Amino acid sequence: MTAKPSHPLDAYIEAAAAALKIPIEPAWKAEIRANLEVTFKLAAIVAEKELPDDAEPAPVYQA
Amino acid sequence: MPSPRRSTKPEPVIDTGWASAAEIVEAVKAGRVSAAQIVEDTLARITARDPVLNAFTDVLADRARARAAAVDKAKKKGPLAGVPFAVKNLFDVAGLPTRAGSKINRELPPAQQDSPLIARLEAAGAVLVGALNMGEYAYDFTGENVHDGNAHNPHDPTRMTGGSSSGSGGSVAGGLVPLSLGSDTNGSIRVPSSFCGLFGLKPTYGRLTRARSYPFVSSFDHLGPLARSARDLALAYDAMQGPDPEDPVCVDRPIEPALRTLAKGTKGLRIAVAGGYFKKGLFPEACVALDRVAAALHANAEIEIPEAQRARSAAYVITASEGASLHLARLRTRANDYDPAVRDRLIAGAMIPAALVNQAQKFRRQYRGEVLRLFDKVDAILAPATPCTAPAIGQKTFRLDGVELPVRANIGIYTQPISFIGLPVVAVPVPLAPLPIGVQIIAAPWREDIALRIAYALEQAGVCAAPRPSFQG
Repeated sequence: MTAKPSHPLDAYIEAAAAALKIPIEPAWKAEIRANLEVTFKLAAIVAEKELPDDAEPAPVYQA
Repeated sequence: MPSPRRSTKPEPVIDTGWASAAEIVEAVKAGRVSAAQIVEDTLARITARDPVLNAFTDVLADRARARAAAVDKAKKKGPLAGVPFAVKNLFDVAGLPTRAGSKINRELPPAQQDSPLIARLEAAGAVLVGALNMGEYAYDFTGENVHDGNAHNPHDPTRMTGGSSSGSGGSVAGGLVPLSLGSDTNGSIRVPSSFCGLFGLKPTYGRLTRARSYPFVSSFDHLGPLARSARDLALAYDAMQGPDPEDPVCVDRPIEPALRTLAKGTKGLRIAVAGGYFKKGLFPEACVALDRVAAALHANAEIEIPEAQRARSAAYVITASEGASLHLARLRTRANDYDPAVRDRLIAGAMIPAALVNQAQKFRRQYRGEVLRLFDKVDAILAPATPCTAPAIGQKTFRLDGVELPVRANIGIYTQPISFIGLPVVAVPVPLAPLPIGVQIIAAPWREDIALRIAYALEQAGVCAAPRPSFQG
């Protein structure tokens, strides 16, 4: 019997949770993964847009 | 056969269950009804109807009675004299912990002071009667809440009010109050306005102070009113404008009243319908509503809001990240006290690399520039507010073009690309049967007056109206 292969994001979630010091219960992982998958998918749509290197982010700090 | 007898009972001077704020003000100023009577009627309706609607989390009877007495006593009556209103429970209300729909925040000490928007409405004569249910920490489009119970839609209590300003929608649509305040980060005023059949105003980002309200995503957080008429939106909006050094986002801009130009009509305004992204994924009722509004305004031209899908994607990424940043410390220690659906989204949000969030903020500036150029050609853009009418409470998915899609994630697809760059929007209700649905009127920054003028014209033409529910509690 072989173990169920883990999702590629599982190791990332484990590492990020440890780095961020957020304790995660096993039952939460599927939903966290699903949310993260959607977010990465949408972030990829944003990243497809080519912006010049000198593009300023929207919030501008004024001293 | 008995002869008909004329009733000696006097006709009520005002139908307080459905009177507009403007009608209440007129009656109070004319001395036909007292603010005290309005408040008593309001409290009685809340007692009768709220067990079904679950719009209120706090009813402030003593405070409202004292305030109404002061309004009645005052020689000079303000522009909102005697108008009862209620606020989403993320507004600070003196004496209440600002729970923001959560379990955790109700342990906070009571707020010392009211939010300035409450203070400004009361200075104009309005009377705060309570705080309203909402989706936990405003991360919600449904109106479902595991801590305070779900809000129920007055037009069909088995259906969602929409969120996250759920009680703000249910309380006004259910005739409990004529006016409420909500917040809108990605659509949380416009979605409940659509599902509950109300007029809702999300002003320009930075127009109304957000001081002493519980935040969600600072980049997109807005506060604004919901009402049953465009005039009532303008009345409340005018009373709430003005700079506030307590909110660094609030602009130092003179008050630009919208009420005085409300009835100016739409002649000369260039109005187009948003095409492309905003025409995809619509249920038939959303198309019918949009077509009716466009036809009434002779808005025959279509205009493409470029990059709307990317804008919605970027709004989603920034929301997840900023929301998680706000809650990070609590996620470490109190994760089990969150609604699981909110908790898992926030934890995922905390794991988004900063580089992706920064890219989204860079795109935001570029998108803003492109969209603002559209306003050289048009004064207002029409777009759907929601893809569908109110789904059933608990419904997880809907079928669109044969594809099963999650409800939660798709309710706000048409509102997110607009609040992303802070444009002012009035959501107007189209009273379809059996359920109403909203249309967005989008204007250039600082032109709330134009969106309100168009909303008023549609109301006068009978195309848009807040339908009165048969539900009486």
